[in-house]
Amino acid sequence: MAKNDLQGALDLLILKSLSQLGAMHGYGIVMHIERVTDELINVEEGSLYPALHRMEQHGWVRAEWAVTEASRKAKFYSLTAAGRKQLAAREKNWEQVVKGVQAILLYA
Amino acid sequence: MGFFRRTFRRIGALGKRAKLDREVEDELREHLRMRIDADVTKGMSPDEAIRRARLRFGNPTVVKERVDAEDAALGLESFFRDARYAVRGFVKSPGFTIVAVLTLALGIGANTAVFQLLDAVRLRSLPIQNPGELAELRIVGGNTGLGINDGPYAHFTVPMWQEVRRHHDPFSGVFAWRTADVLVGKLSEAKHVHGLEVSGEFFNVLGIAPWQGRLIEPQDESSCEPSKAVASYSYWKSQMGGQPITPNTTILVDGRAIQILGVTPPGFFGLSVGDRFDLAYPTCIPPNPRREVFSFSVMGRLKPGWTIERASAYFTSLSPGLFESTAPTGYSTETIKTFKSFRLAAHPAGGGVSMLRTAYDSSLQLLLAITGLVLLIACANLANLMLARASARQREMAIRMALGASRGRLLRQLLIGSSLLAISGAVIGVSLAQPLSRLLVASLSTSDYSIQLSIVTDWRVLLFAAGVAVLTCIVFGTFPAMRGTSVDPISSLKSGERGTAGSRERFSVQRLLVITQIAVSLVLLVGALLFVRSYRNLMTIDPGFRESGITVGFFGYPLEKIKPENEAAFKRQLVDDVGSVAGVQNAAGTTNVLLSGGTWSHGMRVGAAEGSSRFTYVSPSYFATMGIPLLTGRGFAETDRADTPYVLIVNQAFVRKYLGATQPLGQLVQVMPEPQYPARTYQVVGTVADTKYNDLRKEPEPMAFVPIEQLPATAQGPWLAMMIASPDGAAAITAIRHTIASRHPDMVLQFQDFQQGIHDSLVGDRMMAMLSGFFGLLAALLVVIGLYGVLSYFITQRRSEIGIRIALGAHRWQVIRLVLRDTASMLGIGVMLGTALALIAGRAATTMLFGLKPYDIATLVFAVLLLAVITVLASWLPAWKASRLNPVDALRCE
Repeated sequence: MAKNDLQGALDLLILKSLSQLGAMHGYGIVMHIERVTDELINVEEGSLYPALHRMEQHGWVRAEWAVTEASRKAKFYSLTAAGRKQLAAREKNWEQVVKGVQAILLYA
Repeated sequence: MGFFRRTFRRIGALGKRAKLDREVEDELREHLRMRIDADVTKGMSPDEAIRRARLRFGNPTVVKERVDAEDAALGLESFFRDARYAVRGFVKSPGFTIVAVLTLALGIGANTAVFQLLDAVRLRSLPIQNPGELAELRIVGGNTGLGINDGPYAHFTVPMWQEVRRHHDPFSGVFAWRTADVLVGKLSEAKHVHGLEVSGEFFNVLGIAPWQGRLIEPQDESSCEPSKAVASYSYWKSQMGGQPITPNTTILVDGRAIQILGVTPPGFFGLSVGDRFDLAYPTCIPPNPRREVFSFSVMGRLKPGWTIERASAYFTSLSPGLFESTAPTGYSTETIKTFKSFRLAAHPAGGGVSMLRTAYDSSLQLLLAITGLVLLIACANLANLMLARASARQREMAIRMALGASRGRLLRQLLIGSSLLAISGAVIGVSLAQPLSRLLVASLSTSDYSIQLSIVTDWRVLLFAAGVAVLTCIVFGTFPAMRGTSVDPISSLKSGERGTAGSRERFSVQRLLVITQIAVSLVLLVGALLFVRSYRNLMTIDPGFRESGITVGFFGYPLEKIKPENEAAFKRQLVDDVGSVAGVQNAAGTTNVLLSGGTWSHGMRVGAAEGSSRFTYVSPSYFATMGIPLLTGRGFAETDRADTPYVLIVNQAFVRKYLGATQPLGQLVQVMPEPQYPARTYQVVGTVADTKYNDLRKEPEPMAFVPIEQLPATAQGPWLAMMIASPDGAAAITAIRHTIASRHPDMVLQFQDFQQGIHDSLVGDRMMAMLSGFFGLLAALLVVIGLYGVLSYFITQRRSEIGIRIALGAHRWQVIRLVLRDTASMLGIGVMLGTALALIAGRAATTMLFGLKPYDIATLVFAVLLLAVITVLASWLPAWKASRLNPVDALRCE
């Protein structure tokens, strides 16, 4: 039984982005999601950072301070093994959520 | 795994709070900068870029707060904040805090003290190697009074022990032991010390290593002349000065110098919980051991792979052969058959053996229940206090909720507060428990026997105290906390200081708590009264003989100086000597001291009836000394000697049971043979009134008396017990010692006050009476405090209502009646509930009561009246205060 929480979507977006980007800072993750989705999805900072910190506490991502290409100090997040497992689970879960939502939209 | 990692990170992060804060700020600031940089790069003006970035980002403080909330380190951080907050609150109301913590400390302390004692007596393992492997062998169902029992733990005769020593497949080692006091020092001033007679394997099998020197080993058993012993650590320290043991270390035992081989380690007290041995000495197997004297306890260490059940099965199958070959002679065939049908079984013995268990087990469990109930009342009091506090803080709660605090958050805060109280109470309670336990033990010790228990706060006790603390916290904390946080902020704020919202309901909860208190305290009061009255009954009952002004003397004489044919004359002379000492009214020898715990029976045949009776061999002056009236026939005379016809005096119970309507005088009684006691025919020459025998609680039993000179020659050891009547016992003892010392310098004398001895046997009843009385009064006191608090609170809540009533012309006494009616209704329901509970609970105590039924109406009525008086007194003050209320003041507050 999948945990069908739509709120988990943000976690999924962040985990997937990090899996594609490797290590990245918060601003980079926002830009990446906007670019890939053609600005269809706007991630708000007010949600992004609490989510990142929560995932860090869970041990899904690890964080370290590093310097950006623009020579700015930033906290870079990257996936841990637990994070990869989490991502796989979330992706599978998300497919079911989408199927479920589509079913509602089509037949309800 | 993940949980521990997270928790450690949280704890690790605690100290780095400021650093974490800064890091989050840095991270968020950098994020803003990056966005601004990007926009500026795209050609936006810096001002515009900053404005747009801020707009998008939202309130940075809010974001930071939300990040903080995710940072789990804060979970613990806020816990400490709540704890600090609670402590500040407690410091602000020290009265409440002190009352709460002290109530809890007393409650938890009393419970822990009783539990600690139960733990020491029942649960703790012996301080030996792998106590779980130790097993004791006992006859299934006991030896049914056959033969002579040498002590509470004596289950084996010497021949039985020798058989087990040869055959014990389930055990890697077996040993026998018994407690037998020895006399230390010069004979004239010899002192009894606690002796432990042990077989050579004892210390080896138990795995006790010597503290000094060496311990007893199998080769020490060779000689029956006492020549060596081992001292316990405490005896060595206190009586031997803790000097190093050398081959020349000796002490005088029974007049002989014996060598001290070594010292046992400090924790080892023997195998009987509640006793402590001073000297252990090797047993010896005499060439012709008596086959009917049960004197030893036999234990063994189970081999690996053997269970108690398998070991029992082994010894059960061994039993027929064992009892066949060890059967005593000189009994009737019937008795021998009984002996041969005995079966042995193994029992776990890792906790040692203890008389205390049978004597005080039910008392301690009942005490634990009583202290538990007292704690319950205390909790109800606290819950009421907390409720009152919670409603006083309702406005504060409402404001905090309105400002966005979640209910869970407030709940947690209140619960942290009450658990802090519970923890402080438990900590003080545990430290109180030690002296309380010692007091309990001291209250059970008597003039000649003191219980030696090491009261240790071990993990079991701590676990118990922690459990009790958690339970009390749940009882007194949870409900008020749920209540306090379930406020609707709007209505609460609207209704001003004294929130009326839900107040009716809260009143009934507090009423319920008071009713519970009344009911429970009624149970405790009834119990207390029952135990006190039962003790009083036992203390004032007439045993049928003289108790006061009697001294019991034990005279031990060296047998080798007296020829067996002269022994009777020697005893007669001894009684005469003592009887003629100045200050002694009367003296009489006896083989059994009444109510001292000993019993002496013979099987017999009276006409067609068969049965048994208590037999006591006494001097002619016995009945006069003891004040037992002779009803018919004659008493004993100096002329009743060993070579004259055997005569008997019997009591009324004997007549009722065996002689019925027939004229008792002249009847013949045939006594069955026993080792040392050949078959004999006695003629009844007199009857005496009934008396108690060995237990005040029992109805008089059939008793028969024989002249002491007709006691079979070798039946008794070289000692004589004497009942000495004298108005001044202490003076008489000095005079007797003086007289005897001049004639028989090597005689060992021991004296005891007869009445004191009887009262000592009631020490358990005394303890129950004292403690249940104490806790009953404590419960009543708690009810007074609780009721007073609740009524005062109600009256504060109803201040304006009462003010209006008074303003409208209500009389003072009408106000008082208003309050008292409240009390009366709570009292009524509480008493009904309590009566029902008391009747149920009374059954548990039935066997401990004497001369009372558990549903004793007088006791119940008295307890109810007492409680009624107490509650009315408790409510009088608040009621009176309410009636003095100035209506103008009361109404101005609105």
